[in-house]
Amino acid sequence: MNWQQLGRHPSLAIGLMAATLFALLGLVSLWWTPFPIEQISIARRFLGPATEHWLGTDHLGRDMFSLVMRGTLTSFVVAGLGVIIGIGVGVPLGLAAVAWGGMVEWLVLRLSDITFAFPAVIVAILIAALFGPGEINAVIAIGIFNIPVFARVARGGALAIATQDYVAAARLAGLGNAAIAARHLLPNIMSLLIVQGTIQLSLGILAEAGLSYIGLGTQPPATSLGLMLRDAQSLFLIHPWLSVVPGLTIVLIVIALNISGDGLRDAIDPRLRHEGLNHGAG
Amino acid sequence: MTARNTLALTVAGLLLMAGPALAQPTEIRIGVALEPPTLDPTAGAAEAIDVVVYQNVFEGLVRIDQTGAVQPGLAKSWTISEDGLTYRFALNEGVTFHDGTAFDAEDVKFSFDRLLAEDSVNAQKALYAPISAVTVIDPMTVEFTLSRPDGLFLFNLGRGDAVIVAPESAANNGAEPIGTGPFAFIQWDRGSRVVLEQYGPYWGEAPALTRASFVFISDTATLTNALLAGDVDGTNNFAAEALAVFENNPQFKVLVGSTEGETILSTNNRKEPFTDLKVRQAMAHALDRQEIIEGATYGYGVPIGTHFAPHHPYYLDLTDTYPHDVEAAKTLLAEAGYTDGFSATLKLPPVAYARLSGQIIASQFAEVGIELELINMEWAQWLEDVFANKDFDLTIISHVEPFDIGIYANPDYYFGYDNAQVQALNETLNATTDEADRLALAQEIQTIIARDAVNGYLFELAQTGVWNAKLDGMWQNAPVEGVVLRDIYWVE
Repeated sequence: MNWQQLGRHPSLAIGLMAATLFALLGLVSLWWTPFPIEQISIARRFLGPATEHWLGTDHLGRDMFSLVMRGTLTSFVVAGLGVIIGIGVGVPLGLAAVAWGGMVEWLVLRLSDITFAFPAVIVAILIAALFGPGEINAVIAIGIFNIPVFARVARGGALAIATQDYVAAARLAGLGNAAIAARHLLPNIMSLLIVQGTIQLSLGILAEAGLSYIGLGTQPPATSLGLMLRDAQSLFLIHPWLSVVPGLTIVLIVIALNISGDGLRDAIDPRLRHEGLNHGAG
Repeated sequence: MTARNTLALTVAGLLLMAGPALAQPTEIRIGVALEPPTLDPTAGAAEAIDVVVYQNVFEGLVRIDQTGAVQPGLAKSWTISEDGLTYRFALNEGVTFHDGTAFDAEDVKFSFDRLLAEDSVNAQKALYAPISAVTVIDPMTVEFTLSRPDGLFLFNLGRGDAVIVAPESAANNGAEPIGTGPFAFIQWDRGSRVVLEQYGPYWGEAPALTRASFVFISDTATLTNALLAGDVDGTNNFAAEALAVFENNPQFKVLVGSTEGETILSTNNRKEPFTDLKVRQAMAHALDRQEIIEGATYGYGVPIGTHFAPHHPYYLDLTDTYPHDVEAAKTLLAEAGYTDGFSATLKLPPVAYARLSGQIIASQFAEVGIELELINMEWAQWLEDVFANKDFDLTIISHVEPFDIGIYANPDYYFGYDNAQVQALNETLNATTDEADRLALAQEIQTIIARDAVNGYLFELAQTGVWNAKLDGMWQNAPVEGVVLRDIYWVE
């Protein structure tokens, strides 16, 4: 893919740019925020947007823009690690199902069926309730519900490739199942995985926000977009702005990631436009 | 039938239909944040139990009124011997429990024997330790003998922990409470509500309300909506942060009153570096009480400088003992050998005042070089780790017991303050009944613990009730835990 291709898919360009912008905002917050996020100043609380505080201040007088930056980082990190767990475990499972077939395939499929039977966020709540609230458990929860998604996608993509002549040739040349999966199947489903990864990232951000909102995700004094919503909810009738800021940020990030995902899918393989890739519905 | 007749009939019909609607409502639905774990006030420390049943379902020999004064309850009068060791109570006649059994002196004896028994699960057993014997003189007279004089004995008898229960029903009171109060228990829909109904044969004056339900709504936003939609008629304690929604609304009245809850930054006095007075003094200087009150209670808390309720006549204002002074705090830390400060953990129970105060205090302590790590905990975990196992550096908690300065005389208490002088003074205080002497003793203890900076003294919790404007008779202050229904009525 090059810049020219990007130009042919304006929604992809916009989505990628917006998603990158948010990711950068989050990254920058590691080194710099307009105000330190731990700094509490009750005298300055509930200030509306102004030149000093671009997005105003929250109920503890913390700068909302700084909180949004750090919250975005938390959201991306938690969702991103969740996706990495999903890929790291799910893709080998899916590839193994194709390469070995038989019992292995049956087992992998039934395991993903079982996981799919529970709505993703319910699984996440269960995990967070069992192991206690916190960012790490949110990562694990999001990771677990990503595993079957990637297992399915990897298996679906690999099935189509496994019937190709060059795979048969490799097998004749004496390559084992694992080598075929690694050398021939995996590189050819890479684009599928990238597209699915983008979509799962947006679902992960929603899940993280949901978990933090019900108090099972990020814990104060750290912050995340869901936690900001939680803090603001009892103040909604008095200071609606405090809910609007993190709410809109979540919406924008998710839209950006979704149109990036859709755009990537169209750009990478136009034939896929009307097929598959619906596994991610969570 | 003429047109006029039809009209007259229609009007009559409308009036009939309107009739019941115009009558005074006699039901109330009260939103409360926490569901009680049990409904037996003699078997648990949770404030939520008393909120539902105290003075509604259960009564004691005496009762505490809105001002905190002791009034006759099941006992209509009493006499106290010269030496303050013998209390003789004359009981009210015609009192029955809600299951129909009669109340007499044997029930009183049973209740206190049960409370003081080896296997008693009463949360405040220690308060009744001075009782050495309960004697039935005749069915309507009972005598208490104390091993030592106790200035708070009558008040303690009026608490939810000392209500009178019947031997026939006491074992089941947790699920199906049976008392002598003006309201009888009807049902408990777990996770949702408890319903009480007026008890017809009540011995005293019948309350105005005929039915009351306590609806459990822990989420502030949900409770706000329930109040606005009229799904509940009021709540005794609403989150201060959202109080502004109701403050200028003529359909509601906001009652701001006092409670017995001293909110403190509890410090583990057994543990380094908090064993060092200078460190505790530095922490006291580092606290900006006004900012904490503003941020955590939206200005409704009342500053305290010691462990005592500001509305109590014995209270001594010691808020200036260690004023907010960052430089003084740094100097003291340096003198104590912590030039670069130190790190500690702050364990926070799941209540808004603690979580908010915790974040604010962490920010204030950071200014003097003390790094706090906030650890949020659930109640059960907090009670076990902090309260039972004393495994903590710092925590924030409101001590809601009335007149509880005696905890500073108990070296085994969770914050572990061990001072022989305070212990001796407290013993004298307990044995003194003269008001002027008691005041002097209580103030001396207040001064010592304030100077010693045993804990960080933050604020007295306020009670902020939100009620339908047509309701009257609710308690504005909370001298004891409870939502007393007997005086509440609807006005039109």
